[in-house]
Amino acid sequence: MTAISQTKVQQREAAAAARRINVGKIVVWFFISLLIFVTIFPFYWVIRTALNDPTALFTHASDLLPYNSTTINFERVLGMVDPASLIAAGATNISPGTINFWVYLRNSFLFAGVVTLGQTLFSSMAAYAFARFKFPFRDQIFFIYLSGLMIPGIVLFIPNYVLIRQLGWIGTFQGMVAPFLLMTPFAVFFMRQFFLSLNKDLEEAALLDGSTYFGVFWRVSLPLMRGPLMTLALLTFIGSWNEYLWPFLVGRDEELRVLTVALNIFKSQTPQGMPDWTGLMAGTVISIVPTIILFIFFGRRVVDSIQFSGFK
Amino acid sequence: MTATSLSSRSESPPSPGFFSRLGNNQAVLGILFILPSLIGFILFFGVPAIRSVFISFQDWNLLTDAEYVGLANYQNILELSFNPLASAEQNSNDVLPDDFDELLRVQIGDGGFVIGARDPRFYRALGTTVSYVLLNIPLQTLLALGIAILMEKAANSPLLRGVMILPWLMPNVIVAMLFIWLLDPTLGVINIFLQQIGIGQQGFFGSPDQALASIAGVNIWRHMGYTAILIFAGLKTIPKSLYEASRVDGANGLVQFLRITLPLLRPVLVFVFVTSIIGSFQIFDTVAVATEGGPAGSTRTIIYYIYEQVFERRINMGVATAASVVLFLILVTVTLIQIRTFQGNQSDLAEYS
Repeated sequence: MTAISQTKVQQREAAAAARRINVGKIVVWFFISLLIFVTIFPFYWVIRTALNDPTALFTHASDLLPYNSTTINFERVLGMVDPASLIAAGATNISPGTINFWVYLRNSFLFAGVVTLGQTLFSSMAAYAFARFKFPFRDQIFFIYLSGLMIPGIVLFIPNYVLIRQLGWIGTFQGMVAPFLLMTPFAVFFMRQFFLSLNKDLEEAALLDGSTYFGVFWRVSLPLMRGPLMTLALLTFIGSWNEYLWPFLVGRDEELRVLTVALNIFKSQTPQGMPDWTGLMAGTVISIVPTIILFIFFGRRVVDSIQFSGFK
Repeated sequence: MTATSLSSRSESPPSPGFFSRLGNNQAVLGILFILPSLIGFILFFGVPAIRSVFISFQDWNLLTDAEYVGLANYQNILELSFNPLASAEQNSNDVLPDDFDELLRVQIGDGGFVIGARDPRFYRALGTTVSYVLLNIPLQTLLALGIAILMEKAANSPLLRGVMILPWLMPNVIVAMLFIWLLDPTLGVINIFLQQIGIGQQGFFGSPDQALASIAGVNIWRHMGYTAILIFAGLKTIPKSLYEASRVDGANGLVQFLRITLPLLRPVLVFVFVTSIIGSFQIFDTVAVATEGGPAGSTRTIIYYIYEQVFERRINMGVATAASVVLFLILVTVTLIQIRTFQGNQSDLAEYS
């Protein structure tokens, strides 16, 4: 009798536990699905809109799939189809503007690439000197660099704009990259931490073998820093690629325009106040593509880099 | 440059030549190594920071010569004037001094007072920015904490972390484009959905009451995954043995969270709060693309106010830099307070480490 009720109790408890696990699992999966949906849906909706027939935007505003799907929006934004022909076909709010995609893409790459290369190299050199060499005022200079971390961008922005203007560099590539090219306090600080934690034995061995200090830096220390360097370079690249205000102020000219600036200028070219949605979304999709490609190749690395950057 | 001559020199066996001696002199090398960064720092950090302070004491429109005006720019944005009202019907402009406009009117019974400022937009921008930070940071951090715990306990998958980082990879400009379309009053899919479930159409970016919250929402969407990954990295550093030991002692999940997880996450949370609050105070891109400070100035944040002083209204470099100096002082204060506050409960950690 007691034995039976005991097994019954056990069974009931086991069943309850199983139910709890199931409920728990369902709740977890519900939240994860919700997260993924909330994250992905805006991207999906933009692609859907970009593929929608521009003449049917109003009548089919909430269809889940693009209505009468077409690539014409991409073609006209890229200048392959005359926007006037769409207006003639009955599409409203068509922007006459085009996105000179390959030029802006090149500009974005040049801007972000040059900034990343320069900043990573020069900041690493400085970081190495702070970590390894003894020279006059070393610690004072490093401390002054660190204080630069606290200054908000806008405090520097206005005088930098004035300086670039006085140099006659508004509307030039050197004007766009100059403030970011040589260093940021963060980059120096970040790399110095890693050089400090690097074992000196290898460097000393190379010195004994007759290498110069620069040779040691270039051929021994820097290659050992591949991980932190990659992290710094990726974060710098993403930051520069996403930069908006500075390129907007200094490089608004067609020949220098980067993708972020180009997209907002395209938006403001709309005829009657309401944006040309299908065109704008086609432009947005085009501008997203390079980031997605970067993400596919380096996504894992970026996630690791972010985790890494929190523990400097 | 010198760098190449040094490295090419090192190919050959060491000789006591000039370059080799130079290449092994730490003082010379140290200065050569930091030289590019030093030039960059002086030109684009050091001098501009000082120059900002200089310009803030000048009246300057970039085109004519600058004129020293003392504290006038600071008075312009900061000075308040307090004026009692004789009666409830009295017009604010009748009691305010000449150069002042109404910032706040408080009516108490038959009297009350009017607070005036020379340019009330500055204080309003300050208020707007603080509201924005409060709308943005607590919710963003809480969501990120929840997501991080979910990732750590139930969904430890690189793919999920990859998906969650996607919004942060996108430029602010693009994120703003996505959402002005999704939140469009007539054609936006979110409004169509809200109408279908009976909530009705919302103005979002177009409504003075909702625009700021909408911008905060957009930035929560962009940053919560990024913040979650930072916190997730912090969670992974907490030794599992602590949880096991506390379970033996009879601690439940909540107690474990409050006594183990939160205290040991403190360094990461300090990093998250300090950086995200500093960033949040400087919100600009989303405002510039989605609302341009409107409607009715409801999204004119500090940086947007400064931007307008230089690039949209009459060029007023002095006021713009004065406002940026004030912002700098606010940020330093806020950051110091945060670091103080967080260090206050350092003792929690000592038991474990």
